[in-house]
Amino acid sequence: MSDHIVKSYDEDLSQLKTMLAQMGGLVEQQLDDAIDALTRRDTALADRVIQNDERVDVLEHQIEEKAILTIAKRQPVARDLREIMVAIRMASDLERMGDLAKNTAKRTHAMSDQLPRKLTAGVTRMGRLAQVELKNILDAYSRSDAEMAMEVWRSDEELDALYNSIFRELLTYMMEDPRNISICTHLLFAAKNMERIGDHATNIAENIHYLVNGKPLGEGRPKKDVTSAMRIGLEETDDR
Amino acid sequence: MNAPVHHQTLVTPAHPKALASGQFKVTARDVDVYYGEKQAIKDLSIDIPDRSVSAFIGPSGCGKSTFLRCINRMNDTIPTCRVTGDIKVDGNDIYDPNIDVVQLRAKVGMVFQKPNPFPKSIYENVAYGPRIHGLATNKTELDEIVEKSLRKAGLWEEVKDRLQHPGTGLSGGQQQRLCIARAIAVNPEVILMDEPCSALDPIATARIEELIDELRQNYCIVIVTHSMQQAARVSQLTAFFHLGTLVEYGDTDEMFTAPQEKRTQDYITGRFG
Repeated sequence: MSDHIVKSYDEDLSQLKTMLAQMGGLVEQQLDDAIDALTRRDTALADRVIQNDERVDVLEHQIEEKAILTIAKRQPVARDLREIMVAIRMASDLERMGDLAKNTAKRTHAMSDQLPRKLTAGVTRMGRLAQVELKNILDAYSRSDAEMAMEVWRSDEELDALYNSIFRELLTYMMEDPRNISICTHLLFAAKNMERIGDHATNIAENIHYLVNGKPLGEGRPKKDVTSAMRIGLEETDDR
Repeated sequence: MNAPVHHQTLVTPAHPKALASGQFKVTARDVDVYYGEKQAIKDLSIDIPDRSVSAFIGPSGCGKSTFLRCINRMNDTIPTCRVTGDIKVDGNDIYDPNIDVVQLRAKVGMVFQKPNPFPKSIYENVAYGPRIHGLATNKTELDEIVEKSLRKAGLWEEVKDRLQHPGTGLSGGQQQRLCIARAIAVNPEVILMDEPCSALDPIATARIEELIDELRQNYCIVIVTHSMQQAARVSQLTAFFHLGTLVEYGDTDEMFTAPQEKRTQDYITGRFG
């Protein structure tokens, strides 16, 4: 897109994009560390993730302030206005993703060293998928590529499907041995966190679609998370 | 050069509100306007609905004021100006040689950039039009028209105790509202406004904008403005002119959030060059 007559307006908008890229990068790092911490039961790393979350929050506030100031100064319209609205929304999605990474890191402390690896394998796998989604959506944003954003949007089904199977798996472990319940509950929350991170990535995808096309995405995303109605209960096991 | 706007693009999906109203007050087809050799408007066609505000925007020299002035044949006063094509108000060709231009200008009133009250009393400024058009048979009726017009223009309360004072003694914003009262006094159906707020401060501008919003219940209003924000605030439809062509005419809400044409987008976001 060609430049504004007023150069400082372009600078305002590009600064906003830079800040979002920075925030996105930070959240990527946080997520990566949170998954590593959980997988390796590295409590020191987990603590670092918890501490660093404040930096994410600060960036969100800075982006919000910059956006509000730009609206007040420039009275943006059309694509410029959408750029700014999307920046605000995206900052809030990224902030939530950061919170979810932090919450996942916190749960590292509840894991014991003797934890069998197979228990965390599923959550780690989800984490890696969520990371890919996050990376791709940040790329799509920096390129203003709506098609790439839609690919991320569609790919989230995979994460939902994985969550369903992990949900099932963890329930099975809990039934096998009630001593697993505490840890498995934590892992369940961690898995849910990864699933939520994917949802935020799809929010961002929808916003990129709006940014580029000027219209909100019409169709609803096929939601494949069925765990809210899932039961693996006594009656089922009795049947076997 | 730029592609002419074709008829099928006039009522674009972008302006369902105009479609819904169904009825168009002003219609133009294939209008060309020349000042001597220079072509100021190229093949312009537009349908303007009644009881709504249409804003004309575009850079200086784009033809928006020229076209506005065609709607009440104000360009007749410029000797070198030549207008071809069809312009109709209520389906009647206003360039028909048999039409009474004075009647037309009563029906299609105009408010200018600089408030231009007559050097007469406030009362006379408003009473002049109705008197020459024979709209009142006696003083009482004329008084009523003056009061009604001043009330509609939101000026009555401020001037009712000094109707005999000169209109030129009012503030800029009051003068502009007096000019609107003067236009309203002869029962117009269309009101053309050529940058009516460009000489006013923000408070006076807000009053005029509020007035425009009230007036649209009863009139077809067309406003030329250089303030994009004003166009966004007061109009339901926005027309973007560039280099003598109508680039895009559509729902204001959509024009300022997601215009269809790149040229519109570049202009309203301040990227023209």
